[in-house]
Amino acid sequence: MDLLDILLSATFWAAVIRIASPLIFATLGELICERAGVLNLGIEGIMVIGAFAGWMAVYLGTGLWVGVGVAMLAGMLFGLLHATLTVPFGLSQHVVGLGVTLLATATASFAYRLSLPEVTSPPKITPFQPWEIPVLSDIPLLGPALFSQTALTYLAFILVIVVSLILYRTPLGLALRAAGENPASVEAQGLSVTAIRMGAVIVGSGLMAIGGAFLTMSAFSSFFFEMVNGRGWICIALVVFGAWRPGKALLGALLFAGFDALQVRLQQTPMGAVVPYQVFLMVPYVLSILALILMSRRAEVPAALMVPFNKGER
Amino acid sequence: MVGREGAEVVLRLDGITKRFGPLVANNAISFDLKKGEVIALLGENGAGKTTLMNILFGHYTADEGAVEVFGQPLPPGHPRAALAAGVGMVHQHFTLADNMTVLENILLGTGSLLSNRLNARAAKAKVQKLSADFGLSVHPDAKVGTLSVGERQRVEILKALYRDARILILDEPTAVLTPQETTALFDTLRKAVALGLSIIFISHKLNEVMAISSRVLVLRHGKLVGEVATSDTDRHKLAEMMVGAEITAPKLAERAPGAALMTLSGIRTAPRGNAPGLAGVDLTLRAGQIIGLAGVSGNGQSALADLIGGLEVPTSGQMELHPARSGDWSPRAALAAGIARIPEDRHKTGTVADFSLTENAVLESYENAPYSRKGWMDWSAAEGFARKIIETYDVRCPGPGAAIRLLSGGNMQKLILGRALEAGPKIILANQPVRGLDIGAVTFVHNRLIAARDAGAAVLLISEDLDEVMALSDVIHVIYEGHLSPAFPRGSKTPAELGVWMAGQGFEGGADAA
Repeated sequence: MDLLDILLSATFWAAVIRIASPLIFATLGELICERAGVLNLGIEGIMVIGAFAGWMAVYLGTGLWVGVGVAMLAGMLFGLLHATLTVPFGLSQHVVGLGVTLLATATASFAYRLSLPEVTSPPKITPFQPWEIPVLSDIPLLGPALFSQTALTYLAFILVIVVSLILYRTPLGLALRAAGENPASVEAQGLSVTAIRMGAVIVGSGLMAIGGAFLTMSAFSSFFFEMVNGRGWICIALVVFGAWRPGKALLGALLFAGFDALQVRLQQTPMGAVVPYQVFLMVPYVLSILALILMSRRAEVPAALMVPFNKGER
Repeated sequence: MVGREGAEVVLRLDGITKRFGPLVANNAISFDLKKGEVIALLGENGAGKTTLMNILFGHYTADEGAVEVFGQPLPPGHPRAALAAGVGMVHQHFTLADNMTVLENILLGTGSLLSNRLNARAAKAKVQKLSADFGLSVHPDAKVGTLSVGERQRVEILKALYRDARILILDEPTAVLTPQETTALFDTLRKAVALGLSIIFISHKLNEVMAISSRVLVLRHGKLVGEVATSDTDRHKLAEMMVGAEITAPKLAERAPGAALMTLSGIRTAPRGNAPGLAGVDLTLRAGQIIGLAGVSGNGQSALADLIGGLEVPTSGQMELHPARSGDWSPRAALAAGIARIPEDRHKTGTVADFSLTENAVLESYENAPYSRKGWMDWSAAEGFARKIIETYDVRCPGPGAAIRLLSGGNMQKLILGRALEAGPKIILANQPVRGLDIGAVTFVHNRLIAARDAGAAVLLISEDLDEVMALSDVIHVIYEGHLSPAFPRGSKTPAELGVWMAGQGFEGGADAA
């Protein structure tokens, strides 16, 4: 298999879309938080707790969509913690975010050990199955890649449009963006900066958790420690790459997923026999860093990102 | 406009008191605002004007007292309630989101957050009508980040008018405006009053207060100390009410200039961005003489200040110090040559905000004895120096250990002044030394500069305020596009004549040649 064969295979493109899906959820979540002015470094841990909570709920007998709901709720809970500490209390967003990541990751491990003390390999659930969209899925190459995915993947792509519409076409989106640019403008127009920012962090954290749940409920069928494996940090980079815009962030997620899917396949080519596999593993990260450097030079950072707002401070 | 005794009271403040820790920012303040009048709230920096208006608008909650708008009590602590009651505020520091359009900024928070659509088209029509009615020209679809300061202020006013405000509060609206923009603002305010709006105009600029208001309320140290009809008073009386003491203009005794301390001949510097560099400047700074540099901002003042302060080296020309010194020209060399600097921007280049007064006091001398010995700081000596400045220059502060950002602009400037003058400088570079200061502090700074001149220092005073230059200078130069005018001795030119030079007329070959 050479590069051209890979790029012309439907399974490659299907893999790109699949790998991108969790990144899309979590990137949108982070983007919402940052647009409101809060950097959420809890993302990595919130993805872990989402992966665990959704999978565990389904294992205990709920339906798949209920599992997604449970994952989202778990994420929102940690979002509430993050928001309470960073917004009304105005604590350092770096410290709180890393703390939330450690706490959420540890909580998932703890709950796992507590609920499954005797198990050596984690039990499997029946994950979301591919949902072939009639007619569209018959298109050659494009059909199997885009229209034979699971419902969660479709949801991810729909959410990109929904989040864009909310951000740019509704009063709520206007207030959210203003809170991240100049919270005083929100306050002076009679709105509550605290409510908007807390709401954004809680909802954004819910989306991050769904991104985690995608891993256990759609991509795989089981929960492993380390399965999130830095995807949260990648999403933070993707927000910057996307210049805080949902559409561009989607592009970034697809790009990263593309490199990731490519490197796995390149390992199986004759080249893979010579070059150590670690080099291939490195490829998506190196290329992402390069793309990030090129793309983020002219990005407009929300001006009040990481700046706490205290009403009535002088 | 005076004598609107019968007019409806639209706003009533009753016994407003606000404390920040031990500081009483507002002390039992009560007044009425009537329909269709402009009242000026006059007071020095820190008198409590902004605090009072922030209480009225709901940014702060008063400790005591009540606000009534159109006869209804206003719930404290909610800008939303104030907006709903018809109170609009134009903040001194604009509350605009730069990455959004004018229209978006105006629309923010006007409807329900959960409605599914921004009704942008109808809103745009309303904004355009308001723009036309009130003479507030600004493009609704322009990004706020691209607007000038004057345009941004118009957006702030439009925000209030869009919500059908009946009472407008303007907090130091002219502080950031050019004279032409100020005139346009006053036209807008007159139109608003004619349409039945009522206005509270906060300022410490007396001529503006005289020009726009019908009634003046004077605040001092958080107390309402006076209320007069504008027609019954004048600038001088208002100034005295504001300061609480008689004001004397600085007096400059005749004095023959001494020896030349620094000579610039044919100096040129590189242009910086849009601002010109110096284009062949000849200037001699003499002992015991104040040279005033008048000119519209951005004509090379910064280049000249940076040159003398050691931040910039000339591309050509001669720069001589007397007595002569060798070595590269640098800020350190300038300090060693006895040049004291009062920088244009006291926040950015004059002080380090989070450093204490002590640390800021020795910023220029920390390397030298007695503040450091053998590489170790002697903090007690540094603190002694800070205390000396605090006492001699009347710096009001919690103590030498306090962070300097807690100080008002005037007190910060006094510390900088003390730091500069206590070193016993030969040359004093005073760049906009009183910008943003209130009358008391202005008088203080001016008298100190004159005292330094009388003691034999050469002073270069750079200011955009022509009145200040004319009052303080022995000799005046006008700077235009990097060129210096001839030296005009004190009293030889009228303000109008200098204004012509400031506009570029009279320079060799006229304005175009420059």
